[in-house]
Amino acid sequence: MSRQALMRLAHFSLAVLLVAFGFAASATEIPLSERKSGYEFMGPQSRAMQDDDTANPGMLSVFDGEALWNAKTGATNQSCAGCHGDATQSMKGAAARYPAFNASRGRPLDLEGQINLCRADRQQASPFAYESRELLALTAYVARQSRGMPIEPTIDARTQPFLDAGRAIFDLRQGQLNLSCAQCHDDQWGQRLAGTVIPQGHPTGYPQYRLEWQSLGSLQRRLRNCLVGMRAEPYAVGAPEYVDLTLFLMWRARGMKFEAPAVRP
Amino acid sequence: MRPIFIAFVLGSVFTAPALAQETRPEIVGDAIPQPLVAIRGDPVRGRAIVVDRQVGLCLLCHSGPFPEQRLQGTLAPELAGAGRRWSEGQLRLRIVDAAKANPATIMPPYYRTDGLVRVASAYRGKTLLTAQQIEDVVAFLMTLRD
Ligand code: HEC
Ligand code: HEC
Repeated sequence: MSRQALMRLAHFSLAVLLVAFGFAASATEIPLSERKSGYEFMGPQSRAMQDDDTANPGMLSVFDGEALWNAKTGATNQSCAGCHGDATQSMKGAAARYPAFNASRGRPLDLEGQINLCRADRQQASPFAYESRELLALTAYVARQSRGMPIEPTIDARTQPFLDAGRAIFDLRQGQLNLSCAQCHDDQWGQRLAGTVIPQGHPTGYPQYRLEWQSLGSLQRRLRNCLVGMRAEPYAVGAPEYVDLTLFLMWRARGMKFEAPAVRP
Repeated sequence: MRPIFIAFVLGSVFTAPALAQETRPEIVGDAIPQPLVAIRGDPVRGRAIVVDRQVGLCLLCHSGPFPEQRLQGTLAPELAGAGRRWSEGQLRLRIVDAAKANPATIMPPYYRTDGLVRVASAYRGKTLLTAQQIEDVVAFLMTLRD
């Protein structure tokens, strides 16, 4: 065989190996066309509650957030609107692109992280606590401006390592029950965990109103709930692991419709 | 494979008096033939453990002949008939560490603490069930013959 032919053979074998290996590693990934939002697992009453702004309890936070958007605050006495203007225009699609890379931090930030960064840098105000009324309200208001738009976080050389880190967490068996996110949400979705249908775990509707919580909650809160269920040590509130996981989940849901503030059982 | 039970052995060093009558689980084929404790398992207590969603957690994944229990899981085989399909030793192995029978299993290891990562502090170093509870569960599963 000529050297060239050998090289070609080597490349070919490598490609076959890569395909075979890639297939094995992602054999359980849900095909894009079979993805379903948690919305599709809900009954008609909960769907109606989400769809009707006058019935969706999350809208109270959205209105609360609109007021905060326009309120001047901090040492600079600036409002969000002072920099960004009309959110219905300037924030259209923003939430559907987060987490996004932040050059000054050298890593992606989630929407909550970006809002608190604006507070610190632009308003010179103290950051809002995670799950505080204010942070949920501002996040809900910004997120609402992306409703119906496709989820599309930017994956490039800068964000790829964080996407990979998020995927590694998703695939990690952890906690006393030794389960991974993937085992439930890729492999067992649609099955019943006791009485609860396991959704595919898409982050399409956050912050969202959970009837079980009787309040609006962030994606981090949801992720902590799953970790606690696995009897795993939850990552600290605001930890970068949640942002990496969120980036992975958003990428996994790429192209799906953003639906915040969603309602879930 | 011994390392799995190192935690168990260490545990018995630290709490030797209380666990004095425990035997180290020894795997023969796909079974642990010997009971983990000398006191016989109690099927009534075993049933209570199996249906308890905070203790056995079994019904999160399994369903079984528990007419009073609403909301049973669909992730795993029906428990009815388990005592007919498996020997006592095979059942014991599957509760102690189901990964010994199927490395890819999602069934949690009920009597193993090593090889687990990021366990919540409240549960760290603790097995899901005690040796006595496992014997109770096995005794109960052996009664599921239909
Ligand atoms: C043992 C099964 C199990 C594991 C493991 C698990 N989850 Fe979940 N997850 C659920 C169930 C069940 C729900 C739905 C809860 C409900 O509706 O009450 C859920 C909900 C979610 C949702 C919300 C989906 C929506 O529509 O709002 C997300 C996101 C999610 N999980 C992500 C994760 C991640 C990330 C991990 C790992 C850190 C994880 N889950 C681990 C069972 C699991
Ligand atoms: C997170 C899910 C999960 C939990 C919790 C769980 N199991 Fe399982 N179990 C499984 C799966 C899945 C199988 C199927 C075999 C396999 O994958 O290893 C199984 C298999 C079994 C089997 C053999 C089934 C058969 O008859 O073929 C028995 C018996 C059993 N489990 C009993 C229990 C008991 C008792 C408990 C609680 C103390 C329990 N399981 C908790 C998932 C689970």
